[in-house]
Amino acid sequence: MSLCAPSRRYSLHNHRAIGRTAPMAETPHPRHSGLVRVTHWLITFVFLALLVSGLEIVVSHPRFYWGETGNVNTAPLFQIPIPSSRNLVPTGYAYVLPDQNGWSRYLHFQSAWVLVLISLLYGVAGLLNGHFRRNLLPAPSDVSPKRLAVSIVEHLRFQRPSAEEAWSYNVLQRLAYLLVIFVLFPMIIWTGLAMSPSFVSAVPAAVNVLGGQQSARTLHFFLTWALVLFLLIHVLMVFLAGFRSRMRAMITGRGAEPLERV
Amino acid sequence: MSILSRRKLITTGIVATAGASGLVVVAKLAKRYGLIPPDSGGIYGPGETLTYAAQRLLTRHSLAREFSRSQMSAKPFANEVAPLGDDFKTFQQGAFADWRLAVDGMVARPSSFSLAELKSFPRRSHITMIQCEEGWSYIAEWTGVPLSHVLERVGALPQVRYVVYRSFQPDWWESIDMADSLHPQTLLTYEMNGGELPVGFGGPLRMRISRQLGYKSVKYITRLTLTDNLKKFGKGLGSSSPEGGYAWFAGA
Repeated sequence: MSLCAPSRRYSLHNHRAIGRTAPMAETPHPRHSGLVRVTHWLITFVFLALLVSGLEIVVSHPRFYWGETGNVNTAPLFQIPIPSSRNLVPTGYAYVLPDQNGWSRYLHFQSAWVLVLISLLYGVAGLLNGHFRRNLLPAPSDVSPKRLAVSIVEHLRFQRPSAEEAWSYNVLQRLAYLLVIFVLFPMIIWTGLAMSPSFVSAVPAAVNVLGGQQSARTLHFFLTWALVLFLLIHVLMVFLAGFRSRMRAMITGRGAEPLERV
Repeated sequence: MSILSRRKLITTGIVATAGASGLVVVAKLAKRYGLIPPDSGGIYGPGETLTYAAQRLLTRHSLAREFSRSQMSAKPFANEVAPLGDDFKTFQQGAFADWRLAVDGMVARPSSFSLAELKSFPRRSHITMIQCEEGWSYIAEWTGVPLSHVLERVGALPQVRYVVYRSFQPDWWESIDMADSLHPQTLLTYEMNGGELPVGFGGPLRMRISRQLGYKSVKYITRLTLTDNLKKFGKGLGSSSPEGGYAWFAGA
């Protein structure tokens, strides 16, 4: 049980939740606040819309470059071995896919707006109500190499989380969520804006510091895969931790009973 | 419990009413200040409207990034165009001496200019990037007459809100608002990289919109129409792009 030590402190850490739960048994404090649940699912929805439409846009030019410019007359940094929806792109395939860029672009930008607005709401609320500080910021003692190593070994052994973790996040979870919330999403929004010719006319530094417009596009592509990787691991972990209880917590807010083993 | 839910109901009602009236006011203001794009209908209308309105608030006067000569692309890419036909070849054989640009609509003096006349007007050059919506790009030097000069010369009426421009290719026509029409980098381009504008890149005359994606920089320009209302053109969506499923505002 010594492996559970790092996470036990989070249940103590989460005293507000437990304190409020105790006297009102019929309306327990939710595992996730309403705001977290609503923004979680909205962002899931628009992320999938952005992913599908983004990959569709890539199909029209599956070549990536570094620097300011790049086109079929210049050497790519790399090329994805897929057919294209444009016949002038040398893909090696004898056929050209149908052009779906119109709706893909409309959907991509509309979803991007939803993502930005929801993220702002979540971000501002999270700063004000202490969500980031209380639920996501790891305890300083947990970020020591030893504790991290312990948590990594736990994860690599696919060890089932302790009951306390049904009410709190472990240190790797916290770091992963912080990375997604404060690095990957801001970066993917930034690199997206850096591709907008109008936006960079007003804020040229947004693209200049990235090394150019094609660099921004290539980074945007890599950030997409970083987020997809996170999504896959996240879903895998939900299955390992107990799909029913974790989904229930994120949909209805109802967490596990204090003594329930998941 | 009932007091709480009543209070909640009243609060929700007030917030909803304030929200709804706020939206109406915002919509009216947006319309008045020209922040609603012509393709604002449909399921993607809200996103397009947010993009266009935000860009117009942020970038009305901003200049596209200009580059140094050393950054010019050694190998620009001329995207393919539909076959231009025999009539175009006749123009081409005559070195486009007979090519004309008609200007009509809400102007004091409807006019028609030859290429020679356009070249005699004040010229401006810029080294800017052209970005295709597909993802590729190149940097070139573009030289031409600022559209604002042509508009001034024909006596554009004060109520003009859009300039519609047409290509020799009948299916390709676009329009821009006054922020782009009067923008100093918006050129009727006849030279590229110091030489004649090649046909593949839109010669003899290409509209160059520096802050929007390549499909707004229409090739083979033959006619400008100044208007206060885009409803009368095509399907009323502003240009052929939304009719083909692409956004009217391509500043992204």
